[in-house]
Amino acid sequence: MAKTRDWLLAGIVLLLGRTRSQPGDRERRLVPERPPNPRAELAVLALLGLSSSAAIAFVVVYALSAQTQLLGLAIGLALVFLAAALVVAGKELMPEEELTDEYPADERPPAQETVAQLVDDGVGSITRRRLLKLGLLGAGGTLGLAAIAPAVSFGPLFRVRELFATPWRKGRRLVDESGRPWRASDIEESDFYTAFPEGANKEEIGSPIVLVRLPPDRLALPRELTGYDASGIVAYSKICTHAGCAIAMYRAPLFQPGEPRPALVCPCHYSTFDPARGGEVLFGPAGRPLPMLPLEIDAHGYLRARGNFDGPVGPSWWGVRNRKPSSQ
Amino acid sequence: MSVRVLAVLLALAVPGAASAARAQQGLALYGRYCVSCHGPGGEGLPSVPAPSLRGVGALAADFYLRTGYMPLPRAGLQPRRSRLLLGPRAIDALVAYVASLGGGPPVPAPHPERGSLSAGQQLFTEKCSGCHQIVGAGGYVTGAVPPNLDEATPVQIAEAVRIGPYVMPTFTRKAITDSQLDSIIRYVEFAKHPDNRGGWSLGDVGPVPEGLVTWFLGASVLVGVCLVIGRRLRG
Repeated sequence: MAKTRDWLLAGIVLLLGRTRSQPGDRERRLVPERPPNPRAELAVLALLGLSSSAAIAFVVVYALSAQTQLLGLAIGLALVFLAAALVVAGKELMPEEELTDEYPADERPPAQETVAQLVDDGVGSITRRRLLKLGLLGAGGTLGLAAIAPAVSFGPLFRVRELFATPWRKGRRLVDESGRPWRASDIEESDFYTAFPEGANKEEIGSPIVLVRLPPDRLALPRELTGYDASGIVAYSKICTHAGCAIAMYRAPLFQPGEPRPALVCPCHYSTFDPARGGEVLFGPAGRPLPMLPLEIDAHGYLRARGNFDGPVGPSWWGVRNRKPSSQ
Repeated sequence: MSVRVLAVLLALAVPGAASAARAQQGLALYGRYCVSCHGPGGEGLPSVPAPSLRGVGALAADFYLRTGYMPLPRAGLQPRRSRLLLGPRAIDALVAYVASLGGGPPVPAPHPERGSLSAGQQLFTEKCSGCHQIVGAGGYVTGAVPPNLDEATPVQIAEAVRIGPYVMPTFTRKAITDSQLDSIIRYVEFAKHPDNRGGWSLGDVGPVPEGLVTWFLGASVLVGVCLVIGRRLRG
């Protein structure tokens, strides 16, 4: 314990003492001694402080509301204040000397020393050097914090169970956007429909599905998905398995022999899925088929889910294949 | 009395005779331009991937001929808007002939002025913008090109919605009612020349060109800032 304390003390002393060696004992100054400029130093410090507060404001806004305009304003102000601080420091505090002589750097070591002394002498007139350094460090640190804060949005690190939960379960009716239940007879061939689980939150990623009707003889579902359709009506998650966009396009050929086959297409990167074959990927960057929802038609002709999706809903990530979806 | 009966009979017979003559002219044109793919009597041919024309009605014939979608250079291509091969009277005749092949819907008569612009935008967003984009400028799906709607007339839009040409979905009256269709057409007409109150519209093509312009403006500002904070070397 005591040893650790000694080490810590030694470290602190070393850290503090490292910058103490002043070049004051040189015989001759190259830069005429400048009067200290406390006003400029104060201005730089103030600007660095403002930059820090703006960067902290970014983190706070991010945590509270994540309003994009405010976020942009905060990070923009942080960068502007930092830039202004550097400009003022460059103009008012740093020495300006031009050496016009040209010579190879390593041929005249004394000249290098001269340059080093020039810099040291020039900087020597700054009185609050450590404070300035601290201010710069603070501005840089808070900006760094602002830069990594959005990483929180990557999602829960270990609690992944909720990523697999969907509102669908056996018997849940399919409704349209206004909450009206879909009847099987509403679903026509060569058109496509969006549906949601009755009484559930439509905004959830597991909620929206896309419905199409295909001629039953055209259906070629893989064996594990046999019976997922309800007399030719098939339902898939509307969320693309690549990056999570909504499947907004349905390719519905008018005259099959000469035209591309029916397909659900995502407008973001053109991932194309085959509704007749269990959502198999026909084209594009998606790495796994669209999750399919098993359907049934009840005694009144309404469409109902017959269970949950066959695979996890939403964009793909490293653990997406590890579990089956669960009902909330 | 007999004169009046004669007049009525004549009035009934003349349009009928006229349409029969038109259908006759249409048959001749059909034999020249269409029969090689769609077959005699519009029944289709087993060797060519072209649909039967029985029951498609005047609606489909009017759409495909007045947009220049037909005749196709080669069967199996996506039909595209192109130069009209026939004059309007010849097209009338051909449409009459195809309509005479058996039933089918007539050419629609939409009333966009009765539609609501805001409802139209909402419906267009929901049903059409996935492929045609919100400004109706067209886009891409895999394997096909949804066309730009800037040349589509109200009648052609009404026809296309009911037909679903190529890989476009077909919307029945249950999916899009005629009054909803009026609203959609009104919105498409609006999107051809939207009134801009936001200053610089940059062609209404969306955020990418706007972003590019912003980058250019921003870059010039940055160059200006560099000139202010830097100092030119002498000599």
